[in-house]
Amino acid sequence: MKRKIIIQRGEDPDFFMHEFEIEGGPGMVVLDAIHQIQAEQAPDLAVRWNCKAGKCGSCSAEVNGMPKLMCMARLSDYDNGEPIVVKPMKTFPIIKDLVTDVSWNYEVNKKILPYQHPDTDDPRMLQEDVDRVQEFRKCIECFLCQDVCHVLRDSDMKDEYIGPRFLVRNAMLEMHPLDQGNRLQDLKDRDGIGLCNITKGCTEVCPEHITITDNAIIPMKERIVDEYYDPLVWIWRKITGKSN
Amino acid sequence: MEDYEELKYDVLVIGAGAAGMRAAVAASDEGAKVCLVSKSLLGKAHTVMAEGGAAAALGNADSKDNWKVHFRDTIKGGKKLNNWRMAQIHAQQAPERIMELERWGAVFDRTKDGKINQRNFGGHRYPRLAHVGDRTGLEIIRTVQDKVIHQENIDILMECTVTKIFAENNQAIGALAYYRNNGKLVVIEAKAIIVSTGGIGKSYRITSNSWEYTGDGHALAYLTGADLQDMEFIQFHPTGMVWPPSVKGTLVTEGVRGEGGILLNNKNERFMFNYIPEAFAAETAKSEKEANDWLNGVEGAMRPPELLTRDVVAKAIMKEVEAGRGSPHGGVFLDIANRRDADYIKKKLPSMYHQFKELGDLDITKEPMEVGPTVHYMMGGIRVDPETSSSTIEGMYSAGESAAGLHGANRLGGNSLSDLLVFGNIAGYSAANFAAKCEDLTIHKSAIEGAIEETLKSFDNDNTEDPYKMHAELQDIMEKHVGIVREEKSLEEGIQKLKNMEKRLEKLKTTGGREYNPCWHLCLDLKNMVITSLAVAEAAKERRESRGGHTRLDYPEYDEILGNLNIIIRKGPEGINVIKSDKDKMPDDLSDYVAKEAV
Repeated sequence: MKRKIIIQRGEDPDFFMHEFEIEGGPGMVVLDAIHQIQAEQAPDLAVRWNCKAGKCGSCSAEVNGMPKLMCMARLSDYDNGEPIVVKPMKTFPIIKDLVTDVSWNYEVNKKILPYQHPDTDDPRMLQEDVDRVQEFRKCIECFLCQDVCHVLRDSDMKDEYIGPRFLVRNAMLEMHPLDQGNRLQDLKDRDGIGLCNITKGCTEVCPEHITITDNAIIPMKERIVDEYYDPLVWIWRKITGKSN
Repeated sequence: MEDYEELKYDVLVIGAGAAGMRAAVAASDEGAKVCLVSKSLLGKAHTVMAEGGAAAALGNADSKDNWKVHFRDTIKGGKKLNNWRMAQIHAQQAPERIMELERWGAVFDRTKDGKINQRNFGGHRYPRLAHVGDRTGLEIIRTVQDKVIHQENIDILMECTVTKIFAENNQAIGALAYYRNNGKLVVIEAKAIIVSTGGIGKSYRITSNSWEYTGDGHALAYLTGADLQDMEFIQFHPTGMVWPPSVKGTLVTEGVRGEGGILLNNKNERFMFNYIPEAFAAETAKSEKEANDWLNGVEGAMRPPELLTRDVVAKAIMKEVEAGRGSPHGGVFLDIANRRDADYIKKKLPSMYHQFKELGDLDITKEPMEVGPTVHYMMGGIRVDPETSSSTIEGMYSAGESAAGLHGANRLGGNSLSDLLVFGNIAGYSAANFAAKCEDLTIHKSAIEGAIEETLKSFDNDNTEDPYKMHAELQDIMEKHVGIVREEKSLEEGIQKLKNMEKRLEKLKTTGGREYNPCWHLCLDLKNMVITSLAVAEAAKERRESRGGHTRLDYPEYDEILGNLNIIIRKGPEGINVIKSDKDKMPDDLSDYVAKEAV
């Protein structure tokens, strides 16, 4: 069955929409269509991909306006009569065609205090204590949550705000039963956790179904409130002069 | 002349999967200045796709386990073609490498008393695989990645591909690479080079491998004169998806069978009972009842035949399909729905659940899956010294899938992730210490100019060959002539076709410019694919017996003499030289472990 695919192509500042017709088949995904176009019509069409099984998080793009992994977006999920429009992620600078420069994310990650292991020869953790940490560790770094987050997407506040992906990473480290680090001050002052106003778009687009806002961001906000804005703690510190 | 950037390091690591990253950490711990080159973004390498787990005899889930049993299982699984010393080092060091990951922040699934949990897998006598659901590779690559980026002295070049390793007087001294985003070139001088570039699966159509798996390291090393070994041994994983066509070959973890899943043909027969090899008869269940005892955790119960080694299961599936007992889309059925309850399946096999739900319209908690063999892993690779991971070229090391030896004729599931960590560490340590006493070397200008010319050759205007078409053609040749079963005449035909294709490589044509151009990248990758494919076919022709991942229709049995030989592929003046090399004899105490039922 013939399908129309319209792809945003080009490099800054020369972008154009390029329409292709492809031969669809059973089970086909958008990434299959892109590969067919490369092989038959546009050999230099740029796309980033690796596993084609939803595990590596490389082929992120916007399909009919929705942030998606192209390897998990089935053609059959889109109306037959309408063309499918594929664009690169909007939040990041475009390198070429569907490929964006996501290196900012890697720079942010470097600044986060890494896991701090306790001084023990026999580390033990119970499964029920690591369940929620494991939820966060499912993240495949597709950066779709960063793409959809309006603080990054519309306001472009990359200097002040690390975005949902790295709030999840912080939450994972903070909730790790053995971790000895403390990242709350960084989260509050440097990483801009206050800028998240809980729109939950990130949770909606996460291909790993991580409950980003409810399970990661809100608990971190609460910990910061407890640590820095609890009036009783504030008075106690004033009286005793102790920091804790 | 074309401009290029110049960099200088003690150790250059080519490939940033878990082996390369673990090597980079070890080298920097030894004080070396390290450059880590990653073909993709960091954290996207093939390690991320590993599902089932990492094998290490921690003895957490069954205290009877120890390195000797792991060693024995590895040798039995590899049909005794393994390098025994690598298998020993691997079994001894794997537990420490896994514990170390925990110290770096990894969060494996837990036992009831809070230790790292371990699951059953094919060919492993005891539950041995440290795991996180069915996304263990992601856990491991992310943990090592977090370690690497916070390590002193490691510079990372992302989306950067090496096209040439420079060697002079049999010593590796540097490499040429291009940056994917802008197509600019970089020459990296290094006193030691670690090749950890993974496998070769993209030469086949039905494969679980990603686009990166084009045999880069195998080919680059071969071209410097390094020995390749055991190239005839390719692992066909028994369970890849077979439907729909767009996901044909995508991996279905062995963990499904480890968690109790069974294989059925279209007569609803559990056919694996009919395919139990002599060597495994003593420890494999012969009836449904015996196999169910194992599932129910009865002490001392024998393992179900679905957990025989991958070579055995893949060939059994192929035979069932050939005999007309296959599933509608040319595979067999894999059933977990009738073995475990839905919540358990979703907890232990979450990505399998989603993969089938989203790509195959199938709920694995309710219906059986359809599965069939898919090209998965390259046992062969760069010949290395077991103690140092050094190749036959001075200053060049290899670890992970690009190296040969540990797995012999067939790899056990779970032994890859532990391989990456154990030998990544050893390679990094050795390379750094070699670099520390190595004198400064300079790459000749003429060598650089020659390599640049070759890298940019496909931009010549009078070139005509379409790389996408040639890639499809190559995959056809390999599926047809060098597939899961092989035979002399067909191999010879395949070799002739590959040699013809090799001559056409220089006519490959790039359409478009240097910036992020997949057409150009494929032109370069194809050269590596054709070289490694030829090595595979030549070695497969030379091994006139059937063993592990290598099956010959015309020589269906083991050959005792060949069982003590490795086939070596070495570059000669006229092309590929095929050499037979005697294996090191295993010491008697280790042979005793292998002969025992369980140590």
